[in-house]
This record gives sequence, structure tokens and C-alpha cells, in this order.
Amino acid sequence: MKKYILFRAFYSVITLWLLVTIVFALVRLSGDPVKMRGEIGADAAYLQQIRQDWGLDRPVHVQYVSFLANLVQGDFGHSFEKSLPVRAIYLERLPNSLKLGFAAFAISLLIGVPLGMISALKVGTAWDNAGKAVALLGLSIPGFFVGLVLIIIFGVDLGWLPVLGKGSSNFSGNDPSTWFSFWFQDWRHLAMPAFALGWYFSGAMLRITRSGMLDVLGTDYVKLVRLKGVPEAIVTGKHALKNAMIPVLTVAGLNLIIMINVAVVIEVIFNWPGVGLLLYDGLTNRDFPMVQGVVLMSGVMIVLLNFIIDVLYAYVDPRVRLTA
Amino acid sequence: MATAFDEVGALATVSRRARHPLRILRELPAIPLLIVAVLAFVALLAPVIAPHGKLDPVKPTPAQCLAKFGAENCPYVDGMPPFWAPEGSLTTPLGTDFLGRDVLSRLMYGAQISLLVALTGTIVAGFIGTMVGVLAGYMGRWWDQILMRITDAWLTLPSLVFAILLSSVRGPGVWNVVLILALVFWSRYSRAVRGEVLALRERDFVRLAEINGISKTRIIFRHLVPNVMNTVMVLFSLQVGVAVIIEASLSFLGVGVPPPEPSWGLMMSEGRDALMEGSWWLAVFPGICISLLVLSANMLGDWLRVRLDPQLRNR
Repeated sequence: MKKYILFRAFYSVITLWLLVTIVFALVRLSGDPVKMRGEIGADAAYLQQIRQDWGLDRPVHVQYVSFLANLVQGDFGHSFEKSLPVRAIYLERLPNSLKLGFAAFAISLLIGVPLGMISALKVGTAWDNAGKAVALLGLSIPGFFVGLVLIIIFGVDLGWLPVLGKGSSNFSGNDPSTWFSFWFQDWRHLAMPAFALGWYFSGAMLRITRSGMLDVLGTDYVKLVRLKGVPEAIVTGKHALKNAMIPVLTVAGLNLIIMINVAVVIEVIFNWPGVGLLLYDGLTNRDFPMVQGVVLMSGVMIVLLNFIIDVLYAYVDPRVRLTA
Repeated sequence: MATAFDEVGALATVSRRARHPLRILRELPAIPLLIVAVLAFVALLAPVIAPHGKLDPVKPTPAQCLAKFGAENCPYVDGMPPFWAPEGSLTTPLGTDFLGRDVLSRLMYGAQISLLVALTGTIVAGFIGTMVGVLAGYMGRWWDQILMRITDAWLTLPSLVFAILLSSVRGPGVWNVVLILALVFWSRYSRAVRGEVLALRERDFVRLAEINGISKTRIIFRHLVPNVMNTVMVLFSLQVGVAVIIEASLSFLGVGVPPPEPSWGLMMSEGRDALMEGSWWLAVFPGICISLLVLSANMLGDWLRVRLDPQLRNR
């Protein structure tokens, strides 16, 4: 186990290093970081000034070394507009993204898992076809379109739900009273963006649940339990479900991380102040260090959580540590 | 007796063979093919069949001006609803946007952009990804290690976040979006192709080609690439839908296709501001177009996957 964890940790560090190197190289090869500010029609001297400020006039290898050195020290750059470290701004926004992500995650599970199970248990019937249709629609209708339609129906026409913002609840690290209450307030603000975000992932969850359940239902141990005369509800609900949930939970964990980081358009539509809106603010403010910093923070978070999931998975399933 | 049975058997095979092409026809996914064909048709012929231009406002009639502004002459009427609403008109069947441009015509021209960008981006990505995957799988050793580690790192970032980073240094532009899609999506092919090639290179026909002293380049292009095309085609058709959504998202965020070009994503983001005034059609129609295109691409992809992989046929 220890050896496995060390191996995964080494692998994660390599992935992280390659990731930041790719970001560093692509940003310089495919475009120009200063270009964003140049489009206001600024003169060459101003651009040269920014180039100097951001250290882009130095030789590439010097830039690369200082880029890596800063990252190792946890410095993800400074926002040009707000003159604050990107990391501080990101961490301040993160609770909002987590709240949205968890809610969307819960919705995707609540829609995807039961429908996927019905699909698998009634395979080949009208129920199955309905499940397939839901999965296909989930994967095909973009979340931001779902969000706009929700706004039209529940925000504009019916006027039931607030359309913009996250409400008044704030998460503050210094104020313990908000640590708990933050997650359970303002659900009316949360409902529409969470559904729009969870929509896409519920299609994916449905498909995984269905195929996982079908795999398990075909195994010998399920047949044996049936032969024993165990009632069908217990066969599927207890014996089959547990094993069918393993792939579902793995993918669900990954989906949760992705949801937190990829909700950019939905956060823009609902003006939800998470990390996605931060990325958008960076774009509209022509604030390149901010954009790059947020992307790098996302990368670090994803690699870190992938590592944790791998280790947990090996802990649960001993076969994994032996093969790796 | 025996001959009679043989004849019946032979007849049965003949009739089954004769039915075969028709059966393929019957199994074709008609609805998605129809949607894609209509969209492609509209995109190709947009300059001919679009009722109005894509960039210029529609010239309104004096009556429309009178109703909207209380004067007989006006340059354009903005925010006209679709034709079934009381203020709607059949000259602009799906209404006009905030500059008085015809929504239907812009949707037609938008099909051009969406199809062009998504298809070229995905094709270029597929080409790069296939090459990397074949190289890694066939050359093995260090090639494999290095290329796959890079692929893994590349796959770490969610595609939208990655695309936004690249668009921030490229700026808006149709070809920039194509480049970004290619750069983001190639890694999705190389992983699957490599796995495929790992199995292929142990097969006899590759071994024999090696023994016969055929060059590596020739083995790769004549023996390996044609054999992974099935996988690539399935990935391609599933990836087109994602590419359409990424293009729409980038345009929505203002870093994709630049205004005044009529990209569907851009039209949605322009329509979003008018939502509060009740002009729902500006955001809904482009959204329906995006959804239909992605839906049919996904259905075709699913169909291809099942078709090309017999193990999946009953799943």
C-alpha cells in the first residue's frame, strides 16, 4: 500500500509538472499573453511596459525557471486588475463553486442512478428506451441552454425563483457560524444553476449506472442468489446494487471535481460568483495572469483529487494496488 | 429429399443475402441523418435560401415602424417576435434581434459556422491524436512513455477551461476556434488509438510485415492506421457534438467567433440580455439549433459505435 501511494504520488507530480509546462509552452507558442490588453488600441510603449512588468521580455528559459519556482512556492501569479494574489481570490470563491458543485452533483445522482437502475432492470422495454432518451438528451442539450430556458420559465414568466446571484449567505473562514449554515441557505438561488449544471452529468450517471448494473446482473453470484430463492427486490436492491455502485462512485467523484471547475458559462448566466465567473472576469478584464492562475489552480486541484481518488480506490479494492 | 432440403437451404441464404443491403438501410438512424442533412443543406445554401442578409437589418414597413416607434420611417425594428405572435410578421418568421436583423437568416448562416468550426477542429484533432496514438503504441518504450504522459497531463484540464486559456492568448476568430479545438481534443483520440495499436502490433500480419523488412512508416500507414479507423470514426462522431458545445460556449463568453458574425453561441449570449424584457425567442431558437445538431451527432456516434463493435450490439 505504501509503495502504491508513493508510486501514485510520483506519477501525480510528473503529471502536474507536464501540465504546467504544457500551459507555459502553449500560451507562448499559440498566442501572446499581452495580446488581450493590446486590443484596446494601446500603443507599443504601453504593451512593452506590460511585457516588462510580466517578465515576458526575458529569455524563455529564465521565464520558465521563475514560472516553475513561483508555482512550487504556491504563487499562481497576481491579478492585474485587482492586484491580489490569484490563489487568495480563487480560494475565496471556491466555497461558492463547491456549493453549486455539490448541489448539481446531488441532482445528477438523484436523476441518473434511479433511472439507470430502472433501465437496467427493465432492459429492452419501453422503460429502457425512455432511460436511453433521457441520457441522450442530457448529453446533447447544453447546460447553458437549459439554464436560459429555466430563467425564461421560472424567473421571467412565473417569477418564482431569483435569476441572478447566490443570495446573501457567505462562507467566511474566520467566522465559524458560517461554516455550517452557508451550505443550507438560499436554496432558491441555488435551484436553477444547480439543475442546469447537474443536467448534463445526470445523463452520464444514467449510462454508467445502467451498464454497471447490467454487468453485475450477468454475474454468477447474482444468479446463485436468485437460485437460492431470494426475493428479486433484495437481489437487485442489496446484492447487485452494491457492486454496481463501484464504477458509479468512481465516475461520480471525478464528475464532482469537473463540475466545480467547468461551470463557467452557467456561472456567467446566473451571475454565480464561483471560480468559473472568476475565469470569465479575467477574460473580460483582459487580465491574463488571472486567467492563467485560475486555470493552473484548477489543474492542481484536479490532479490532487485524482490522486486522492486513486488512493481511496486502492484502499477499497486490493486488486488495484497489486496490478499497478 | 436431401436435394429438396439443400435447395431450401440455398434459397434461404440467397434471400438473406439479398435482404442484407436493405436491412442496413432500415437500421440507419433516419432522424439524426435527416437533421444533419438538413443542417448541412441549409449551411451550404444559406446565401441562396436565406430570406435576408446575415449582417444588415431588415427594412421594415411603415406600419411596423408606426407600431414600434410612432413614426412612419425608421432604419430598423428591433426585437420583433416570431410570426405567430400578434406583432410578428411573415417577412421575419422567427423575429428580429436587437439590431433588427432577421433571426432565421442568421440561424442559417450560423449553421455554416458551427458545422465548419466543429468539423474542421475535430478532423484536425483526430489526425493529430491518431498519429500520436499510433506512434506511442507502435514504437513503444520511450516514445510510449513520453507521449502517453503528455496525453495524460493534457487530459487533466477540463476541455472548456483549457479552451478558454488558449482563447485568451489567441483572441476571437473563426480559425482561432478551430485551432483551439484541435489543440484541446487530440488527446482524446491518442489514448484510445494507442490501446488499439498495442493489440494490433502483436497480430500476425504486422509481425509478417516486420519480418519482410517493410519500413516502419509503411507499416504505420498501410497496416496500422487503416485498422484503427473504426475507433477513430466512432470517437470522431461523438467528439463533434462536444466541439459544437465548446464553440458555442466560447462564442457565448465572447472569445470564440467575433460579432457581428452569426454564431449560434454568440446569438444566445446576445439574446440573453433581452430575456428580462420577455424576448425569449432570441436565446431559444439558437439553443434549439445547437441542441438538435449535438443530439443528432451523438445519435450517429452511438449508432456507429454499436454498428462497429458487435459486442455492444445488445447493450
